[in-house]
Amino acid sequence: MSEREEEPRDQVVLEVRDLHVEVEGREILHGVDLMIKFGETHVLFGPNGSGKTTLLMAIMGFPRYRVTRGRIIFAGEDITGLEPHLRAQRGIGIMFQRPPTIRGLALRDMVRLCAGGEIDLSAMAEEMNLVDFLDRDVNYGFSGGEIKRSELLQLLAQDPRLVLLDEPESGVDMENLQLVGRAIRKLLQKDRRRTRTKCGLIITHTGYILDYVEADTGHVMCDGRIVCSGNPREQLEGIRKFGFEECARCTR
Amino acid sequence: MEGRLRQGESHQERGERMASPEDRIRELKERAMRAAGKPAPYGPDIDLSQYSCTPQECAYAEELSDIRDVDPEELARSGVDITGKGRSGSFVQLDNTIVHRKALEKGVEILGTTEALRKYDWAWEYFWNVVQVDADKYTADVELNGYEGYFIRALPGSRTVYPLQACLYIRSPRLVQRVHNIIIAEENSELHIITGCASDHRVDMALHLGISEFYVKRNAKITFTMIHNWVPGMDVRPRSGAVVEEGGVFLSNYIVMEPVRSLQLYPTARLVGEGAVARFNSVLVARPGVEMDVGSRVVLSAPRCSAEVVSRAITLGGSIVARGHLRGEAEKVKAHLECRGLILEEGGGMLAIPELEATVPNVDMSHEAAVGKIAQEEIEYLMARGLSEEEATATIVRGFLNVRIEGLPPVLEREIQKMMEISQRSAL
Ligand SMILES: Nc1ncnc2c1ncn2[C@@H]1O[C@H](COP(=O)(O)OP(=O)(O)OP(=O)(O)O)[C@@H](O)[C@H]1O
Ligand SMILES: [Mg+2]
Repeated sequence: MSEREEEPRDQVVLEVRDLHVEVEGREILHGVDLMIKFGETHVLFGPNGSGKTTLLMAIMGFPRYRVTRGRIIFAGEDITGLEPHLRAQRGIGIMFQRPPTIRGLALRDMVRLCAGGEIDLSAMAEEMNLVDFLDRDVNYGFSGGEIKRSELLQLLAQDPRLVLLDEPESGVDMENLQLVGRAIRKLLQKDRRRTRTKCGLIITHTGYILDYVEADTGHVMCDGRIVCSGNPREQLEGIRKFGFEECARCTR
Repeated sequence: MEGRLRQGESHQERGERMASPEDRIRELKERAMRAAGKPAPYGPDIDLSQYSCTPQECAYAEELSDIRDVDPEELARSGVDITGKGRSGSFVQLDNTIVHRKALEKGVEILGTTEALRKYDWAWEYFWNVVQVDADKYTADVELNGYEGYFIRALPGSRTVYPLQACLYIRSPRLVQRVHNIIIAEENSELHIITGCASDHRVDMALHLGISEFYVKRNAKITFTMIHNWVPGMDVRPRSGAVVEEGGVFLSNYIVMEPVRSLQLYPTARLVGEGAVARFNSVLVARPGVEMDVGSRVVLSAPRCSAEVVSRAITLGGSIVARGHLRGEAEKVKAHLECRGLILEEGGGMLAIPELEATVPNVDMSHEAAVGKIAQEEIEYLMARGLSEEEATATIVRGFLNVRIEGLPPVLEREIQKMMEISQRSAL
């Protein structure tokens, strides 16, 4: 793509249309609509079991999350039927909450796989405070915070256009939170303004991550539907004060 | 083990204490004859009468590069570096003839076994000590029909940096290759050996019988890596044992990924001196039609000994029995057994049999065994990072087989890694 044809700022990167998703024969998402534009970061709130993780998994395309109706469009292409690796290759990346251990595969090699090309691995590992972990099997015996850092290191290497983050701050202590926040800022190019191209969709319960990463839009999910979209800080405030039940009733 | 040297005893004193060599030889022959029809407890029974080949003679070569009776590429396939670079010595046996043997570093000695018996009047004491001649019909057959093999000895205090390489190659169909190896690490010495076993692709049927007896003396160390590259018509029955004295270390790595008709072995290491260590790693891949029964056993009979048995097995349609047996007979021993199996294709199957046994209370022994297919979530994890399902599977399999062998010198570790990769590429 030449400089001149740079994508317009209002171009839609991710569009989810009337998405219905079934897990193990049970419908979990009952028609979700979502639109993320060029350079935007969105956050997703919602009570436990409301379907937030399911939405992220469906966007990544894991076969257990079966789309029964609706569409997922990424950068103008209908990716609803694509396998996860093809979505990854097109620029979608996901941070796993509880990633599996892969014995015999060192974190070093995992990060290289993610990059697919040349990277400055030691500098990146240094930044994520993971130098001593590079030769360990990926996720083997990692603590909660170490898993988060390792996931972010992999994503930094992969450098996706759309990043899906599922509760990136959960189980992370204050010191690590800074590190995690910084990494996410970097992933989403938060220190740039005009030339920002990366998008994010972040699930959060606490909203702590908003102290590090500003979000453009927030969504509240209840019972498999997005019931409210708007200013994320106001939403968080509302949820804190009145709880999700009120939030669900409010139809703005 | 009255046949072994006692502490402070010279070979001569020991010889006087023992029965004469003639008596010993007679006794061995008698025991072998009585065991000639004795089947092995595991693995399919082999009818020894179906092998009829008289091996062709092969020419001895002073230099590795002068070996004429086998394609150099075939030697390379068995893990031999034909330049001899990065090796402290080499041994090559074709069928039942030694065609090359040479040590390049001081402190190690490589002889043929029959040559060693002629050269040293004490050598016979190391034969049939840790492997019993009447263990089964295969050990008996080796004794009764004559053998060759290598006699490798690290002199006291010697430490070779580079590994020794040995190749046992079968070129004649319907042959019984009878090998008897003796490996001795004298006190405070260190010895690394890589053995590659292979056969010519035209060999539709042959039998390999390999006796290996390891002696790890006080504070000595042996690492032994064996790679098997057989062909589908081969039956293979290695019979190995090790005895490890105080402070000694015995590490054994066994890799077999190429097809073979049947393979059965169950080597035993006996830790007889305080603080002795044994470690067995096996990496097995069985394609359709392959029958493998592979175990490792460690008997910990002195205080503070430790042992580890790790096996990684993959079936692509062949059948694998992975055994492991640890026996703790002394206080404060520590031992762990790990059998992990992956079933990538149906048709064969996998049976893991880990056994723990203790005769005294104060021992720390454990095992873990797991058999199954690749976890879907591991595949998905890698797919989410951009790998196709096939690439993800291959990556997980490579990791599964990537047993990190602790205690190897870096040169050797790299070498083994290289060989593993070559085997994997052709096998998977
Ligand atoms: N693999 C699965 N098998 C069966 N049910 C599932 C599976 N995954 C999700 N569900 C169900 O789908 C519903 C939504 O789950 P999901 O994980 O998407 O919720 P969530 O909003 O992320 O919740 P939390 O805040 O607790 O993480 C829950 O009722 C859950 O039990
Ligand atoms: Mg969730």
